[in-house]
Amino acid sequence: MQRHDLATDDLRSLNAALQAQAAHTNQTEWEVLNPRGAHAIAVGLDAPIDVTVNGSTGYYCAGMNKQARIHVTGSAGPGVAENMMSGTVVIDGDASQYAGASGHGGLLVVRGNAASRCGISMKGIDIVVGGNVGHMSAFMAQKGSLVVCGDAGEALGDSLYEARLYVRGSVKSLGADCVEKEMRDHHRAELGRLLAAAGLDHDPGSFRRYGSARQLYHFHVDNAGAY
Amino acid sequence: MCGIVGLFTKTEALRPALGQHLSGMLVTLSDRGPDSAGLAIYGAERAGRIKITVQADDPARLSALDIPGAEIRVIDSHAVLTLPEEAAPEAEALLRATPGLRVMGAGTRIEIFKEVGRPADVSRRFGFDGMQGTHGIGHTRMATESAVTTDGAHPFSTGPDQCLVHNGSLSNHNSVRRRLARSGVTVSSENDSEVAAAYLTREMAAGKDLGQALTSALDDLDGFFTFVVGTRTGFGVLRDPVACKPAVMAETDDYVAFGSEYRALAALPGIETARVWEPEPAQVYFWEA
Repeated sequence: MQRHDLATDDLRSLNAALQAQAAHTNQTEWEVLNPRGAHAIAVGLDAPIDVTVNGSTGYYCAGMNKQARIHVTGSAGPGVAENMMSGTVVIDGDASQYAGASGHGGLLVVRGNAASRCGISMKGIDIVVGGNVGHMSAFMAQKGSLVVCGDAGEALGDSLYEARLYVRGSVKSLGADCVEKEMRDHHRAELGRLLAAAGLDHDPGSFRRYGSARQLYHFHVDNAGAY
Repeated sequence: MCGIVGLFTKTEALRPALGQHLSGMLVTLSDRGPDSAGLAIYGAERAGRIKITVQADDPARLSALDIPGAEIRVIDSHAVLTLPEEAAPEAEALLRATPGLRVMGAGTRIEIFKEVGRPADVSRRFGFDGMQGTHGIGHTRMATESAVTTDGAHPFSTGPDQCLVHNGSLSNHNSVRRRLARSGVTVSSENDSEVAAAYLTREMAAGKDLGQALTSALDDLDGFFTFVVGTRTGFGVLRDPVACKPAVMAETDDYVAFGSEYRALAALPGIETARVWEPEPAQVYFWEA
């Protein structure tokens, strides 16, 4: 176990050490103490290592993650796991705005609530939120799945492309071009896999699915007057 | 950017060290606002007495002030004048009319200190660390809507014992300023945040409580904002519906705390077990003693 205490060690040396891990490193277990809301903890990792952050983090924790499994035992500030490529990020508490934004792959689990713009412009990442998500979540989401076990705020999935949205609770409102869609067997199977990966045992049958009506993909002559 | 901190005590526990906590919180957020910093603190009141905080670029002016019946406590570029209630309106009018002097705020409990400079320097100059009180609100500014001056620094006080700090920028402050002027409320600086403060002052003068005034702000103020507001006994928080300006709150049996980031709250006693949450967009939060 490698241990970095941010009360005494500086953040750059922590990130440099984490980023320096090779694919076959023997140093696979890392622990970060006293994060106290610091920014950019455990960013840019590219090795199959486990990092546990004991406490709450500030902006951009676990950004650009590849391969690593990062676990934050507190809450995360804005932009957690932004632009993740692969790996897993788990937040035991809440996540602030734009969690998992722009992510290409991997799994982000927020056990508490995620604030506004969760999964904005997601491009293949899977996000599972144990609680609620705020307004404009999955705005312009292109690929991947957003699972919300609680309620979704206003304008869910506005200008959505091909991402799949599963919500167990209420949806305050759907954004432009986002509609409820039929839940088919392969959706239930996918949802079941994601819930299991997140350690949640909700019945996939208790969720509703939302997706793109695909009406904004191309110019439509009836909309000419709007330009 | 800009950083906001606030601390509202529910018990005696933190009151003797209120300034020390607020100063630490403010300095932690220095990189959110290196231009200027300020603090409004609600300390002890004395029956029948009003405090007026006044600033002068030339501090020699402050010790030379001749206001009948006033006790004068000079702290760096500011002075707190304590004087009988009945003499206060005339004294305040005189101070406001004196070139080179700026009235920062007045009331039975509020004292306001703000200057251009980094938060650590501003805090040291005024001795924030040693201040005591029931609640206080601080701000560290990265200027956007008006120049880096003492006038543009937060908190803004536009009514008795009231103050406001703001992170964001208002887009309709000029039209609100004109509407306020028509109803007899003048805003002294070019700053958008001062318009918001004056707006709330007018709403409360019309009989609304802090919560009701903040609720009407959602209809009448347009733009980006996270506001933290103080009154003689109250503490309020409001975020605009888009809520892109950050905010974190913490509550224990002893206090309610606000920070633009969790970092600002990390050193507070009992934070490990506090209820920590992000205030919802367009939802009014307020506490009264």
